[in-house]
Amino acid sequence: MSRALQSIGRSAIGWLLPALLLVGWEIASRAGLISANVLPAPSAVGSAFWKLLLSGELLENIRISTLRALSGFVVGGAIGFGLGLANGLSALSRGLTDTTIQMIRNIPHLALIPLVILWFGIDEEAKLFLVALGVFFPIYINTLLGIQGVDPQLVEMGRIYGMSRSQLFVRVILPGALPSIFVGLRYALGIMWLTLIVAETISASSGLGYMAMQAREFLLIDVVVLSILIYALLGKLADALARYLERLSLQWHPAFQNA
Amino acid sequence: MTAATITALRSFADTTARVTVPSRERKLAFSFRNVTKQFGDKTVLQGIDLDVHDGQFVAIIGKSGCGKSTLLRLLAGLDKPTSGELVHGAETKDQKPTRIMFQEPRLLPWARVGANVDVGLTGIAKGREVRQKSLDILAEVGLADRSEEWPSVLSGGQRQRVALARALVGHPSILALDEPLGALDALTRIEMQQLLERIWLSKKFTAVLVTHDVAEAVSLADRVVVIDSGRIALDLAIPVERPRRHASPELAFFERQILDQLYKQKAP
Repeated sequence: MSRALQSIGRSAIGWLLPALLLVGWEIASRAGLISANVLPAPSAVGSAFWKLLLSGELLENIRISTLRALSGFVVGGAIGFGLGLANGLSALSRGLTDTTIQMIRNIPHLALIPLVILWFGIDEEAKLFLVALGVFFPIYINTLLGIQGVDPQLVEMGRIYGMSRSQLFVRVILPGALPSIFVGLRYALGIMWLTLIVAETISASSGLGYMAMQAREFLLIDVVVLSILIYALLGKLADALARYLERLSLQWHPAFQNA
Repeated sequence: MTAATITALRSFADTTARVTVPSRERKLAFSFRNVTKQFGDKTVLQGIDLDVHDGQFVAIIGKSGCGKSTLLRLLAGLDKPTSGELVHGAETKDQKPTRIMFQEPRLLPWARVGANVDVGLTGIAKGREVRQKSLDILAEVGLADRSEEWPSVLSGGQRQRVALARALVGHPSILALDEPLGALDALTRIEMQQLLERIWLSKKFTAVLVTHDVAEAVSLADRVVVIDSGRIALDLAIPVERPRRHASPELAFFERQILDQLYKQKAP
C-alpha cells in the first residue's frame, strides 16, 4: 500500500515544477504583469484548446501531423536499422557505404528544405523525406555502434556452442546491441518532431505547424502557445513510449531492475 | 624429470593405497603429435607430444605466457596448429563435443540462468527435453532454484557454476577449463574445486585444467603437465586417492616437485 503510494509520489514529483510554473504564469497574467499580446494566460490557452477541440480542427491537425511523423519515422528508421545491421555484420558492406553515410550525415538535414521544396513541392512527400532523413542517422549510428560493441567473448562463446549465424544473431548480437539501439530510437523520436514541425511551419496546408503559422497570421497568440504546448506533450508521449519499450525489453539490464 | 624425481615418486606411490593410475587399455581421449603453434614470428608451442586417456583429469601448469592457454584453445578447436596434428580419440556415431570454460563465465546477461544453460544444448536437443536437462544439471551444481534469475543477481562463484552447468549439459567427452576459478576468492575457489571433482567423478569426462595455482592442480588432477617456454618440462602422475584433502602432506610432496621444476631448483 505504502509502496504504491510511494511510486505514485515518485512519478508525480516530475509534474510538480510544470504545475507551479502554470500557476505562477496564470497569477502573473491576471495581475497584468504579462501582457496578453506577449503571452496569453493559461486559462486563455485552455479556452482556445476547448474551442479547437469542439470544432474538430485540433484533432484533425494532430492526426495529420502524427501520421506524417510516424510514416517518416518508419521509412527512415527501417532504412537506418537495416543499414546499421548490414554494416555492423559485414565489413564489406561497411567499407562500401559508411564513408558516404558519414559525409551526408554532416549536412544538416534541414538545410535541404529549399531543395526538397523544389523536388517535391509542399506535398506529403517533402515532409516524409525530411523526417525520414532526420530519423535515419541516429538509428543507423546507434545500431552500428551497438553491434560493434557486442562483447566478442560472448560471440566466441556462441560459436563454441555451435550456434548458426542466425542463432548467433538472434540470441547474442541483437540483444547485445539493443541498449544502444534504444538510445538511437529516443534520439530519433526527438528529431522526428523537430523536423516535422519545421517542415510544416515552412510548407504545409494542414497539420500542427500549419495551424500555428495560420494563428500567427491572425495574431491568435493563444493558439500559437497551444500548438507549442501540444508539441511538448507529443514529444513527451513519444519518449514515454520508447522508455516503456526499453523497460520491457531490457529487463535483464541491472539499470532496469527494480531495487 | 630427473632420475631422483622418479625414484622419489615411485617410493611415494608404493606407500599410497589404491592408486588411480590410468590403465594402458583405456582409450585415448586426444593426442597432440609434435604440435607447434606460431603467431607471426613468435613460437608459442614447440613440438608438443601429449597423449591423454579417456576420463583422465590433466592439469596444465606454467608461468604466464608459456603457451598453456594456447594449448587449450587448440584442443577446443578455437585455433589450428601451425604444424603437427591433434588427434581426437575414437569418435562414435553421436560425436560428443569438446567444451571449454573460461576465466569469465561468459553468460548471456539477457538470458535467464536456465536459458543460459540451454545454450549448451544448441543443436543437441530440442523443446521440453532442453528444459528438463537444464534443470537437472543446474540441480547438480546446486542452483536448482535459481533457473529463473538473471545472471546479474548471482555471485561470481554462482555464475561460474552456471557456466559449468552449460558446459556439461551436452555431456561433452572432453571439458577444457581455462583458469575457470582464477577470478574467485579463496574460499569459493575451494568449494568450486570440490564441486568440480565430484562432478568429474560422476560424469567421467576427460578434464583438462589450465591453471597457475599449483595447489589446485595437485588437488584435482591425476596428472600434472608443466609447460615451460612452449615445451613440456614435466609430466607427473599424482597417484593420490580421492576424495583428496586440501593441503594434505601427500599433495604437498607433489606440489614441491612441481614448484622446483617451475623455478629450476634440484629436488632435495
